[in-house]
Amino acid sequence: MVAEDLIWGYIYPNEIEIQWSILIVLYPYITGLVAGAFIASSLYHVFGKQEIKPVARFALLTALAFLLVATLPLVTHLGNPLRGIEIMFTPHLTSAMSGFGYIYSFYLIIVVLEIWLSFREDIVKNALKFKGWKKLMYSSLALFSYDISEKALHSDEKFARKLAIIGIPSAAFLHGYVGFIFGGIKANPWWSTPLMPIIFLMSAIVSGIALLILLYITASWLRKKVLNYKTLFSLAHYLWIFLILDVTLELLEIISMKYESLEEIEIIDRLLSEKIATTFYGVQLTMGIFIPFVLLILVMVMKNREKLKTLMIAVSSIFVVIGVFAMRWNVVIGGQEISKSLSGTNTYVPVFFSQEGVLPALIIMILPFIILTVLTYILPPWKDMET
Amino acid sequence: MDISRREFTKFGCRIIIGAAAGATIVESIATMGAAQVESPNKDYDWNEHLWGYVVDTRKCIGCGRCANACKLENEVPFDEPVYRTWIERYRVTREGNEETVKIDSPNGGIDGFIEDIPAKEIKKAFYVPKICNHCDNPPCVQVCPVGATYMTEDGVVLVDYEYCIGCRYCIQGCPYGARYFNIEKGTADKCTWCYHRITKGLLPACVQACPVGARKFGDLKDPESEINKILDKERINVLKADLGTKPKVYYVGLDREVR
Repeated sequence: MVAEDLIWGYIYPNEIEIQWSILIVLYPYITGLVAGAFIASSLYHVFGKQEIKPVARFALLTALAFLLVATLPLVTHLGNPLRGIEIMFTPHLTSAMSGFGYIYSFYLIIVVLEIWLSFREDIVKNALKFKGWKKLMYSSLALFSYDISEKALHSDEKFARKLAIIGIPSAAFLHGYVGFIFGGIKANPWWSTPLMPIIFLMSAIVSGIALLILLYITASWLRKKVLNYKTLFSLAHYLWIFLILDVTLELLEIISMKYESLEEIEIIDRLLSEKIATTFYGVQLTMGIFIPFVLLILVMVMKNREKLKTLMIAVSSIFVVIGVFAMRWNVVIGGQEISKSLSGTNTYVPVFFSQEGVLPALIIMILPFIILTVLTYILPPWKDMET
Repeated sequence: MDISRREFTKFGCRIIIGAAAGATIVESIATMGAAQVESPNKDYDWNEHLWGYVVDTRKCIGCGRCANACKLENEVPFDEPVYRTWIERYRVTREGNEETVKIDSPNGGIDGFIEDIPAKEIKKAFYVPKICNHCDNPPCVQVCPVGATYMTEDGVVLVDYEYCIGCRYCIQGCPYGARYFNIEKGTADKCTWCYHRITKGLLPACVQACPVGARKFGDLKDPESEINKILDKERINVLKADLGTKPKVYYVGLDREVR
């Protein structure tokens, strides 16, 4: 039997099958990107950071593009996908998972409203400018209300700000809650920690800002426009700050586990030294946190040399988004590779073609970029970047 | 029709709040989940019983008949690594001062066990039958997002196969590895203590099949039941008591190595 080569020590017989696959790795990864991108946009919308303004609306579109696919990995993974909607009709409230449908829908409404308000002026102008189906599309998007007087726009802005204020805790809740889905499982010593929601949230913000930086650089490059360095460096600065919070919490978790050395420490040590050593120490911590951390410090102390600094920020951001993916992997897959008997480990082997394989995961990861392209075609956020 | 944006927003907000309120009402009804509210058999009153299970690890000989009987009785696939009950073998060997514990359960113990360590090297050995603990505070029921898994009035934790969405959160939530994924049904699955048998006054298949009486099943509400007699007389332990799950499978002679 092949499975036996992948097993070390003793695992419960029912643990031979790993239940949560790469799709469940994607789920917290995607919601994290959403929450992060939204919080990046709030730096302008709520905290009034003018230097973020050029990417604030772009960040909202990014959040929406990823939010729209956030349910896909979950539904694809279900044994009975058609019954998935029951989570909305008959939620069992003692389950951390039961809130997903409501939290997700609530957040979707907030993001859509926020986008609508911040693009309304453009939508109305387009509705008046275009003819034919485009006119119809923009008029429908404007909800056939064309008031863009100074007063109306001002009240739009006020309402948008209020929404964004609600949006921050919602984004934090959406993702912190995903952390609780894992953190609240007492059966699994690798998951069960009250730090989990906040660790998830910090890594979410980090991944969202890094993604926004990458998309901003790519978009400017594709559109052959110059980058607004003030914006870019400011984003890099926030990325650096949140990296510190993120790494503090992640290390705190490991350090207290090792220091307290409870019953499960032996199997956790084995997990860290044998099963996920590369993805944890190598990708999550070194590549995903320490290298970007150092590079970003250099960016902050270096003078001029914009091109080089941009390159360093881009490399840091690529490393961060990969590192955060590794973090999700280490939590979701790592937690299932240790046996609840605390006496053995199993190995997850991804399959390419299957309902829960790498192929659907790839498709789900490509989709948001296509959606984002379409969104920016309908609601171009570019003029913000040019001023 | 001429409505201002303000009115439109107000109207929209009312719809959203209304929908949320409606959803809350649906929720409060729905938290009963899909659980049945009536006893499954007409001549069986589930309020009269509270089932419990005793495993005497000192008696188990590791023959595997229980696990085999379970698969036959409950149509659990033989060719897949899924088990409603299984037997673990513990062998403690000593080299100098170093003790090692080797645990195994090949095919859940159904085919018995092979002697692959010379007997003289083994310091201590024993078998431990495992089964769903039908916890009184079941984490699997707690985490089910749709209420498809539930506890009956007579204390048995069951899965509603018509309702389970197959998210497998309960499998993650069970500290004992007692649950598995039923590929055919696309749902979670587990031991039912042979609910179809016990509600007719029969014993679970595993208890019936045990040739040495290592597995006992009975009514905790009946002071004269065999399991109550054992619980009164013996020193009892449960698995992973520290997790607060309150198992209703009680172990006699449980070694500290067993988790």
